[in-house]
Amino acid sequence: MNRLDSVEKAQLRTDIPDFGPGDTVRVHVRIKESETKERLQAFEGVCIARKGDGARETFTVRKTSFGVGVERIFPVHGPVIGRVELVRRGRVRRAKLYYLRSLRGKAARIRERDTRQATTGGSGQAQGASASNKSK
Amino acid sequence: MINGIIGKKVGMTQLFAPDGTVTPVTVIKAGPCVVVQKKSAAGRDGYDAVQLGLVEDRPVKLKNVTKPMQGHFEKTGAGTPPTRVLKELRVEGDGEVSVGDKVLVDQFAEGDPVEVVGKSKGRGFQGTVKRHHFNRGPESHGSMNVRKPGSIGQSAYPSRVIKGTRSSGHMGDRRVTVKGLTVARVDAENNLLMIRGAVPGANGSVVVVRKVAK
Repeated sequence: MNRLDSVEKAQLRTDIPDFGPGDTVRVHVRIKESETKERLQAFEGVCIARKGDGARETFTVRKTSFGVGVERIFPVHGPVIGRVELVRRGRVRRAKLYYLRSLRGKAARIRERDTRQATTGGSGQAQGASASNKSK
Repeated sequence: MINGIIGKKVGMTQLFAPDGTVTPVTVIKAGPCVVVQKKSAAGRDGYDAVQLGLVEDRPVKLKNVTKPMQGHFEKTGAGTPPTRVLKELRVEGDGEVSVGDKVLVDQFAEGDPVEVVGKSKGRGFQGTVKRHHFNRGPESHGSMNVRKPGSIGQSAYPSRVIKGTRSSGHMGDRRVTVKGLTVARVDAENNLLMIRGAVPGANGSVVVVRKVAK
């Protein structure tokens, strides 16, 4: 979608940490209580999917609340999100973790990613970003 | 006064409002356009209109312009280079428009009601279910009437199918006007127009955006 890149660039947020499926995130959502009051509400869970591209990108966070699975879809670049904290990195082998929906309890756990390897993973992503810059 | 512009559909995206609401928008690279010809009700054309040419980033090579069209562009006398796209827009009265004038997106403002004319995506030969939203029949229990159109009229009288009866046939690839759209944002610097909602045609297709009275 290179043709829309320049249009969407102005809307992209840079303060969102780099996270992906399998990572546990705490999303601070802006809640409007009245005309003037606003507060942040945290929603913590596992990111099970990232979808879309550019300003239209969304991510799905799943958590189990009182035994009931709850999923919320957030726009990555939307102003609804106050901030996102990366709680824990998970090691997963899928881009979409929809299989977690049919799992509960111990089976729904995700192994933590060895962050010592994250340095190589980080450089790989940096290469990908520079490659995409070249194509512009 | 010219109340419209020619553009090319870039694609759809979304805009975030400060309160978090999302507006779906179609990005249109509109203009710059140039007035190539003026038609007047008093002259031999019999109606008031202007012919606009869409000036593109990559202009058409002169060798690809036919001789008659070259003559048409030379007639402007304003040194207007030939354009690939020519569209006519009706104007009211003579106005203060002259050949060679530039038409830009800055005539639009946020919230302006507009209508967009484009050519819809071609769908080929389609049945009645897709083309006219007919209901389909049951798929199981021995039904053989899954996507058939059903009755197309009476019997001995009138002994024919009434003209205009909706039937299968070619779908899409025709001129479509979408009314009731609004301008969501204008980027005069980059000649971009963002219009709330969807616009007919594929990405890259030519559309005409017209202002309508409020």
